[in-house]
Order: sequence, then C-alpha cells, then structure tokens
Amino acid sequence: MESRNIDANTSVFRQLDWPTIILYLILVVSGAVSIYAASYDFDRASMFDFAEFSGKQFMWIGLSVVIGCVILLFDYRVYETYAYPVYIVVVLLMIATIFLAPDIKGSRSWLVFGPVSLQPAEFGKFATALALAKLFNSYNFTLNQKLSNYFRALIIIFIPVILILLQHETGSALVYISLFFVLYREGMSGLVLFSALFAVTYFIVAVKYAEPLLLGLPAGEFSVFCLIIVVFCMMLLFYCKDAVIGRNVSLGFAVCGLAAGILTACGVNVSGLWFFLCTIAAAMLYVSVAMYRHRIEKYVITIGIALVSLMFLFSVNYVFGSVLEPYQQMRIKVALGIEDDLKGFGYNVNQSKIAIGSGGVTGKGFLNGTQTKLKYVPEQHTDFIFCTIGEEEGFIGSAAVLLAFLALILRIIHLAERQRTPFGRVYAYCVASYLIFHVCINIGMVIGLCPVIGIPLPFFSYGGSALWGFTILLFIMLRIDASRKERRD
Amino acid sequence: MGKDYTLEKRKYVIGGFITLVVIIFLIRLFNLQVSDSSYKENAESNAFFRKVLYPARGLVYDRNGRLVVLNQPAYDVMLIPKDAGTDFDTLGLCKVLNISREEFLRYWKEMKDPRKNPGYSAYTPQKLMSHLSQEDYGRLQEKLYLFPGFYVQKRNVREYATHSGANILGNIREVNAADVERDRYYRSGDYTGDLGIEKSYEHHLRGVKGVEILMKDALGRIKGKYEDGIHDVPPVSGRDITLSIDMDLQEYGEQLMQGKIGAIVAIEPATGEILCMVSSPTYDPSLLVGSERGRNYTSLVKDRLKPLYDRALQGAYPPGSTFKPTQGLIFLQEGTITPATMYPCYRGYVNGLRVGCHPHGSPIALKPAIATSCNAYFCWGFKNFVDRRGSTPTAQFEKWKNYMVEMGYGYRLGVDLPSESRGFIPNPEYYSKSFRGRNWSANSIISVSIGQGEVLATPLQIANLASTIANRGWYHTPHVVKEISDTVIDGRYREKHVPSIKKEYYEQIAEGMRMAVIGGTCRLASFSGVEVCGKTGTAQNPHGKDHSAFMGFAPYMNPRIAVAVYVENAGFGAAYGVPIGSLIMEKYLKGTIAPERKYLEERMLNSNTILTSGVKKH
Repeated sequence: MESRNIDANTSVFRQLDWPTIILYLILVVSGAVSIYAASYDFDRASMFDFAEFSGKQFMWIGLSVVIGCVILLFDYRVYETYAYPVYIVVVLLMIATIFLAPDIKGSRSWLVFGPVSLQPAEFGKFATALALAKLFNSYNFTLNQKLSNYFRALIIIFIPVILILLQHETGSALVYISLFFVLYREGMSGLVLFSALFAVTYFIVAVKYAEPLLLGLPAGEFSVFCLIIVVFCMMLLFYCKDAVIGRNVSLGFAVCGLAAGILTACGVNVSGLWFFLCTIAAAMLYVSVAMYRHRIEKYVITIGIALVSLMFLFSVNYVFGSVLEPYQQMRIKVALGIEDDLKGFGYNVNQSKIAIGSGGVTGKGFLNGTQTKLKYVPEQHTDFIFCTIGEEEGFIGSAAVLLAFLALILRIIHLAERQRTPFGRVYAYCVASYLIFHVCINIGMVIGLCPVIGIPLPFFSYGGSALWGFTILLFIMLRIDASRKERRD
Repeated sequence: MGKDYTLEKRKYVIGGFITLVVIIFLIRLFNLQVSDSSYKENAESNAFFRKVLYPARGLVYDRNGRLVVLNQPAYDVMLIPKDAGTDFDTLGLCKVLNISREEFLRYWKEMKDPRKNPGYSAYTPQKLMSHLSQEDYGRLQEKLYLFPGFYVQKRNVREYATHSGANILGNIREVNAADVERDRYYRSGDYTGDLGIEKSYEHHLRGVKGVEILMKDALGRIKGKYEDGIHDVPPVSGRDITLSIDMDLQEYGEQLMQGKIGAIVAIEPATGEILCMVSSPTYDPSLLVGSERGRNYTSLVKDRLKPLYDRALQGAYPPGSTFKPTQGLIFLQEGTITPATMYPCYRGYVNGLRVGCHPHGSPIALKPAIATSCNAYFCWGFKNFVDRRGSTPTAQFEKWKNYMVEMGYGYRLGVDLPSESRGFIPNPEYYSKSFRGRNWSANSIISVSIGQGEVLATPLQIANLASTIANRGWYHTPHVVKEISDTVIDGRYREKHVPSIKKEYYEQIAEGMRMAVIGGTCRLASFSGVEVCGKTGTAQNPHGKDHSAFMGFAPYMNPRIAVAVYVENAGFGAAYGVPIGSLIMEKYLKGTIAPERKYLEERMLNSNTILTSGVKKH
C-alpha cells in the first residue's frame, strides 16, 4: 500500500496538466511586470526592489509557488475529506473579519497582522468551491432530484455572499453569482440563465430610458411592458409550441394596442399602466383557461415568467432608488451612458479608455506609457492594471492577455469534463466560473463596457491575498486532476 | 455513477459564452486602440499637461482706503524631470538663468530631496528655482525652446506700499512639508501667509487656484488646449481686506518709537477697531519678499532686539499704575469704598510693611488718588477688600480674579492676529501653591494692587481697558480687519462685552483720569481743543530702569481714540509714555501736532532709550 502511495505521489508531477501551469506562470509573471510598469517611476528602483509594488508582487509569486507545491504534495483525497471543515473554518474567519477588521475606505474586509494584511474573502472562493463539489459528490446526488438539493447548493453559495456583503465588499460578493454556471452545468434549467439575461435587459432598459413619457409611463417601462408581451407571445408560440393560443393572444394584444393608440390619437387619456396590466391579465386568464387541454407545465412556466417579469419591473425602481448606494447608482448610470460624469466616476473609465486607446496597435513600449504613469488612472496597479497593458503593449499585448485568459478558461472546462467524479468536475467548473466572472467584469469595466465594480484581474492585479486565493483555487484543481486516472468508485 | 451526456453538452454553452465575451472585448479593444481616431488623437498627444493658474491674492487697504499691500508677478523655473531628461545643456541653462553651476546643482539637489520636497515625482511639474528677475525671465522665455521639459510658472508675490506695519501685515512664504500635509489645497511651491493678517486671513486672501488642461507631445511641447478648454477651471481671486488700521498713524507711531523698545496700541472705543498697533523695533515688510527673503529672515531671527516679536500682542509686561483704574472699579462695585472714601498716605502704605509713594496731600479720595497715582490708596483698598470680615482671602481673591477676567485680562482677547499672549492674572490656587499652603492675606500679595508682582498684561489688554473706560463700561474685542470684500467679518467682533461693574463707577474713573491730565501725573498729555484723559504707569522690573507706560483716551466725552503706550526701561510714565500717547491722540484727532508741542515731538523722534536703558543684554 505504502509503496503505491509514494508511487502515486511521484507520478503526480508526470500527471500534472502542464498547459495550465504554463498559462498560469505566463499570466502571473506578466502581471508582476505590468505592476512594475504601472508603478514605475522614471528614476527609481529596480523591478525586484521590495519597496516597490512589483518587488512585493514577486515575493507574493514566490510564496504562491511554494503554496502550489505544498498543495500538490497532499493526497487528492484530503481535499475531498476536509472540504466541509475547510469551508467552515473560512466562514468563521469571514465572520471574525466583520468584527475585527479596521475600516479601510469604508470596507471591513482586511485582517491586519502587523505588516501583513489578508483578505479572507479571497479564500472564501476555493472553500466554497470545495464545499459545493463535496455536496454534488454525495451518493446519488443530482440537482434536479428534489428541490431541497437546490436549497443546499444555494445555502453553500450564499453564506459567503452575505458575509462579504457585511464587509462592504459588494464586488467580491457578486463573484459568487458566477457559480450559477456550475448549477447550470449540473442540470439547472437553462430558463434560469435565460431569465437572468432578460432581467439584466429589463433592468438596463428600465433604468436607461426614464424619459420621455409614453401613455403616462416612462419610455423605459413602456418598452419593458412591450418586451414582456413579446416574450410571452414568443414563448406560447415556440416554447409551448401552441400555434392557436399563441396566435389568439398575439392578435388580442395587437387589437388592444391599436385601439389604445386610436383612442390616444382622438384625445382620450389612456392610462398606460392600467392598459398593460389589464391586457396582460386578460391574456394570462385566457391561457390558464385554455391550457387544461395541453401539457400544463410549459404554460405554467410561461405565465410564471411573465408574472416574475412584471414584479421585477415594479421592483427595479425601488431597488435602484432605495437599495443601491448613490455611488453604485452613479456607476451604473455612467456605464449605461446616462450620465457623462467626466470628473467623478466617469473620470476613471474615461481616463482608462484614453490610456488604452493611446496604446494603438503595438503600444508605446514597456515603461513608456505616460497616461498611467501620470497617475491619471486611479488604482492603476490593482483594479485598473489592464490599462497599463493596453497603453504599453497596445492591441497586440492586450489581445494576447485576453486570449491567454480564454485559453486558460477553456482548458479548465476541458479538465472539468475529463474528471471521473462529480467532485472534480464541479470543483473545476467553479474555478472556471470565477475566472469567467473576474475577467468579464474587470476588463469590461476597464474598457468601459461594465459598471465599475472593484474586483481584481486574476494573476495581474497587485495584492497577495487575491494572488494566493487564485493560486490555491487552481492548484487544488490541478492536484485533483493529476489523480483522475486512479480508480475509485 | 455514470456521466450524463446530455448535460455534458452544456460545456459548449459555458465555453461559448466566455468565447463570445472575449470576442466582444477584442472588438471593443480594436475599436478603442486601432480604429477610433478620437482616442488616437489623445493618444498621439501622450498626456495632458495640467497647468495651474494662480489666483491673485487679495489686496489690503487701510481704513482710509489707502492701498497698502498689492501683488507683483514672480517667475519660477519649473520642469518635468522625465521630459527634461538628464542630458540637457546644463551650462547653457546656467548662463541663461545667470547662476553658477554650483548653484544650479544645489537647486537640483534640493528639488529631489524628499525631505524638502515630499511631492517629488519625475512625471509632474517641479520647481527648480524661484524669484526670477524680470530680465532673466525675458531671456529664459526666448531660449526656452532649447530646453524641453522646462517652463516658467507665473505666481504672485507681495509688494508693500509702506515700510510700516510688518507685525500686522505679516508676509507670505513658500509652503513647507507640514503645510502640504495639513491642507490638500497646497502643492509644493505654493505660497501661504506667515504672521499677521496674511496668516490669520489666509483662507480669504488666497482665493482658489484654477487649472488649464493643455496637451503636449512626446517632446513635452505644448500643443494647445484640451477640447478647447471646456474642462479648464478659471482661478478665483482672493478677497480684498480693509484694515481698521490708519496707516498714516501707524507710520507716525513707528517713527515715535524709533530707538525705543515697546509698543503702542490705539483703539476706536465705539467699534473695537485697532487704529494702530506699533511694535518696536520693527522691520520693513518688503524685506521678506523675493529671493533675499531667506537671508533677511535669518538675520531678523538672529537680531538680539527681536524685531519679529510683536510686543503689542505677545509682550506680557507688569502693567504698573495703568492697573489702578481696574482696582478702583472692583472696590467701588464691591462696596469696599465709595467715591468719598479717603485713605491716608504717609509717603506710602505703612501697615506692617511699606509700599512707597511720592509726596501729595493726605488723606486722599479715589479721583485724586488716580490723578496723582497714589500707591497707598490702592493698597488700603485692596487690603480692605481681600481681608474683608466674614469672608476669606481665597473667596475674595477669586472674586477679584473674575472681575479681572471680565475686563479682558488673563486670557487672550481674541484679536484677529496669530500668537496673542494671555498675560497673567493669578488665581487663589496659584497663591496657595506658591505659599505652599501657608496662610496668605492682602499684605502677602499687596503689590498686585498697583500692577506689580505677579500680574502681567499685554499692551493690547491695557489699550482695551482704556477703551472700556472710554465707553464707560463695555468693549468690542479689538481687531485689525474692518471689512472683507464679498463677505462679513467674524460676528464675535460685533459682540459687546460688558463687565459686571456699574457704568457710574466707570464715570468716576474717567473723571479721575481727566483730573490726571489737568493737574496730576499726565499734565504733558494735554493739547488744545481736546479734553484728554490719561493714566501713567511706571513699572518696576528686574532688568533695568522702570518701564514707562501710559493709558488714556480722548476726548473725555464721546471718546474717539483709546491708547496704550509701553516703553521698556525708559523711566517714569510721564517721561515717554505720556508724550507718545498724547502725540498719537493729537495726530489722530487733529491731523497735525500744534506748534507749541513740536518740541515734544522732536524730543520723542530723536531720543534713544535703548542706549540709556541700563539693560545689559542690549
């Protein structure tokens, strides 16, 4: 037995997925070099000076490699066995953080140990992934088996979300939303992703077009009502495949709409809100009466989606106006192009776009960027690190970084699918999901496509906690993957 | 358990999603970096250059509208180290700037010294040297094209239309590291007020900086305004200040005090406005402007006569006999004496110990006691007040202290100038401590009653007393700023302070002070046409000759000026205090000095008490 174990350990390095490791090393080293460029000051210091951000980052990288090697030395079963204890310890740590952490710029997420500060939220990622993987690995567990399985998965996901929200780190909390990709892969209905997509669309349309008024409704709400009707008809026609009801409902809406239009043209004051509510209610009533003849389930879902859409629409204004902080409202407005706030929140994005735009095809050359050096771009070595790459390495460099990330994520998905156990698969999908979210939001923010949400670019942004968090995440996956061929039941 | 192959297909959805996002990002990047020319235009210009536009500092006028402090342009040589590089023509630059290579290297080192210039960055504008002469500026402007990265920053420095009032006007200096730390408004190389109103009214005077966003090319050449200047912010000029000071009177006062050490403070009683505030010796405010500022400042600091020390505000002196009116007021209010109460004076107060006095009639009542400055009278009054039957010295002295504080002694008055001194008024605890718990009574501290001993007052506090008596029982906090453009002065200078002593008692004191001028110690103070009131002071001190002091106001009814004069080690109050005080009043009320008093003026202008002071340290 023992000799076999040693054998297994030595073979770990042969079984390791080297493409992933090489991609990891490329990204991490380019990250430290970019940090050096971002904080470089004309006449100061070398890249490896510990007083500089880049020097410290190289130190973090060194320690990360050590951590990675230690992770590889453990038996792969350790991670499965201790998944829940690890999760619980990290959760406790995050609870402690809420009370112990000092207030740094409104956020209480940093535990300070003398000269070293740690952000436990960064370690929540791998712990949650382990716990979720362990859950799915339970005997005969499938997500769709019963509703309580969904609850168990969601509880594992949302405990850290709540704790991180309590630390006032909205950005880091949002990351966990990406785990819905994992649930989707494990059998959650595609309708959920589909609805999420529509929710985002509704939200943007409703918030972006607050004026002018149509039939006493803001244009945004008016459009959302129309969208809801269109989606409703489409779902009847194509999802329920019911040509008759679909046609009748569509015609009904068209006739009512025409009538309302004519009345308005004649000077009659039609209340848009009541018009939409009444017509939609009538259509739903008609569908629910008609559906007893058919396969009920799909009709229920269709009506349900329409109802949820309506509720969502009514809650958008409340959420936007009352739940979100003013600065968050502002960031969303800037991202949607409603506000052109070049001196406030828009300043960051505008400056980062100028920095990236000024890079051209080939960039200004390493250390020759000026926009970032002149400190026009805030957080240039952390959240806005991609600016430096865009400015100094140009389109070629930034495209290379994006493609490297794409390659890494696709490689991880590939690794996930070659696992023989749900544990390995779910864990790897968690890793892929986190990376997808971070890359989309961070780079999207820097190039002005997403609202400014303060999350780091994995492997690039300066900071020990984030780097270690991602390293641990990735290396546990590699360790599990390296033992995939060992027989197990 | 086996794999669900229908679910496995979902990897294409997830993989497809991220691939789609990356494609969108790539298109966006291509758009930003390659095809969109608007970013490219900014791109080729490399960076903005944010040129700071300095506002004009507020001007300073005197109470008659005479312009006292104005601005003159000064030119600083600035550079952006990264654009300047290190291989520019150093010798050529030295030649243009008219400095030696050593000087240049010293400036260069200072610029990069993180202790002297904590905001140093190779990418932002740094100041190499300041106070370029107009001539050097012209020459540099011509040759500037030879030195990329260098430019000239125009700033405003002060120019003074007077040689007087340095202690009031203050001056401006370059900010230091602590200022930058304390107030984010300042950047290295900015100016801030130092001393005087320049310091206390800094926020009104400095205005708000503007910024001009320029674009420059890779060689550091300015290529015009960014987006035609729509993001530029124009500077807002500082507010103008009108002083309550009469600069002519101030200049006259400084002339009178030449060759003497001390102070003159004159206040308009009805408003608390300070008409002149002389501290002697003083200096020309223009000394602290321009490239010689540092050297001049050092020599002023090293001067043994301490010209930077504002004796009118900071000097805490024994008030001597100018203190006696306050004692009379307390005794009257407390019922220790009435205006008719008489005390004996046998060449002094003799009651177990002896406080000397000069010859005059005995016994004597309050008003003549003030007129002749009788020591014995106030010692008896103090004795009867402090040792009152049925009370304790501690309780009585606590009352005494509270009256003194009400009259503006013992605490800062709150004048609108920096570093005012409190003076000193002891309280009962002070004596309990200094007598180490042993019993003390009036006789132990009797010298307090004649303004000697522990009590100390600033000339400003003495002038404030004169102003209170002139008003017959109230005062406004003295201040030197009358108006600020576009805003109002601090409300506390409009508040009336009313000590809890009845107006009729102030009338008694005022009458006594009038009698001092008619037939008492202040006879020299009288001049034709105005009923002057006054009180001399001759304060003993351990350094040398007595200090000569005077406190007075004029006219007797509806006073327009209250004055305190304090001349260190100049002898009797009548010797210097009275003549100087009366000349100030005459000058202010009549505009000129009457011919029959010219001799007095001459004597004051040409005397030197520093040489005859008997003080060794001079």
